[in-house]
Parts: sequence; structure tokens; C-alpha cells
Amino acid sequence: MEPVISMEAYLIVSSIMFFAGIYGFIIRKNLIATLISIELVITSTDINFAVFNRFLYPGQLEGMFFTLFSIGVSAAETAVAIAIIINIYRNLKNVDTRNLQKLKD
Amino acid sequence: MQNVLILKIIFGLLAAVIAVFSVMAVRTRRILHAATYLLFVLFATAGLYFFLNYSFLGAVQLLVYAGGVIILYVFSILLTNTDREEPLPIYSLRRWLALLATVGGIALVGFLLITNLWQHPELPLDAEVSMKEIGHTLMGTQKGQYLLPFEVMSVLLLACMVGALVIGRKRS
Repeated sequence: MEPVISMEAYLIVSSIMFFAGIYGFIIRKNLIATLISIELVITSTDINFAVFNRFLYPGQLEGMFFTLFSIGVSAAETAVAIAIIINIYRNLKNVDTRNLQKLKD
Repeated sequence: MQNVLILKIIFGLLAAVIAVFSVMAVRTRRILHAATYLLFVLFATAGLYFFLNYSFLGAVQLLVYAGGVIILYVFSILLTNTDREEPLPIYSLRRWLALLATVGGIALVGFLLITNLWQHPELPLDAEVSMKEIGHTLMGTQKGQYLLPFEVMSVLLLACMVGALVIGRKRS
């Protein structure tokens, strides 16, 4: 049975998203913009897990649950990262990556 | 046939939204706009999960990301008061290296995707996973069931909540 949308189409979409995230992670200087790029990377890998599960192992649930846990972990990561960013803003009055040279003062 | 065409149009729309807005989210100078474009990308990702017949996953994506994470981003952007980022010079080395890495990576991954032969199984592809099955898999302790990761996740979320409070508190 030929699927309506081939698996490669999903994977190409997610790889575009992944490399947009990589590009943003390298060039952005604001910490929050860097975090947004990381979010793009994580979401694209989530799409890959779901797609591989659906197309290659449709009788099992591993990929779907891995995506579920990955969404939870990335939410936790975002919360901690934003707490750190707000703390940095309180100390330095901006959130540029090039001003960050010390962990503690 | 009509049905197949409609499905293809919907998938094309979702793919276009993801591709365009993920590039725009890393290109725009306004951080608040970047967060909005990220929201569109995450909505379209939830659409892809619905398209794959993983409705539960799509609902979780909508709830956690659109309801939680994006609100956190918007709050932190407004709290840190840095809506505008100063631009990188056009001819900086870092920009060209990033572009090189991105284009090279996309070319490599695209080549591997197109030349690889996938072993497709003969099972039907569009079976919806029932809520009962998800519940049993999440709450069981046998092989292939996920009670322990679920509990570890709850401990992780508690630890991250405490950690965020400790990091973000005002020091007297």
C-alpha cells in the first residue's frame, strides 16, 4: 500500500527546520533568540521520531512515547533556561552572549 | 482521488508554513516576532502529528508548547526588555561559516534521504492509537511500558521547578 505522503517529504520538512535552528543557534547574539533556535531543533527531532514510528514500525509505540517525553524534557529545559536568562539580565542588564564571560562574580 | 488531493494540499500547506516560518524565526531582528513565528511553526508541527493520526501527540504539543512554552518566552522577552537585537555585520566570518555549515548539512542530509532505501512494512499506516492503549502503555510496568520514565519525568519537572525558583529568586 503506497502512502499518500511519502516518508521522505516529512523528513525533508523536519531537516529544513533542523538546519534553520542550527543556523540561528550560530548567528544569533541574544540568548532568548538562541533558545528559540534550540526549540526548533528539538521539535524537528520530535517530528522525526513520530514519522519513523508511523512509517517503519506502525505496530509499536516507542517513537510516539519518546516524542511525548521529549516534549516534557524540552519544557523543563526552557523553564530553567529562562530562569537563568532572567538572572543574567538582573546582573548584567542585557542578555547578549558576548557579554557572558563569568559564571559567578 | 478527491480525498488524496485534499490531503496533499493540506500537507503542502503545513510543510510550507514550517519551512517559511522556521527560517523567518531565525532571520528576524525583533525577538518578539521570532517568538510569534516559533508559535506558528509549533502549530504546524501539531498539524503534522494530527496528519500522522497521532491525535494525542498533537494535543500534547498544542497544550505544552502553545499554552506553556510560548507564554514563558513572551514573558521573558518582556521582562528582559530586549526586543531589538543589533544586527551582525553582513560580511562577518561567523555568518559565512554558519551559512556554509547549514547548506552543507542540508545537502548531506538531503542526499542521504533521497538515496536511502527504506524497508516499508506491510501493516496499515493510518491506524489511530486508541486512548486506552496509550494509557495502558504509559502506566504499565511490563516490557515496552513506560511507568518508570513517567515517574522519572515527574521528578525531573519537580526538580526543574525548584531549580528555576532558586536560580531566579532575588538575592538580598
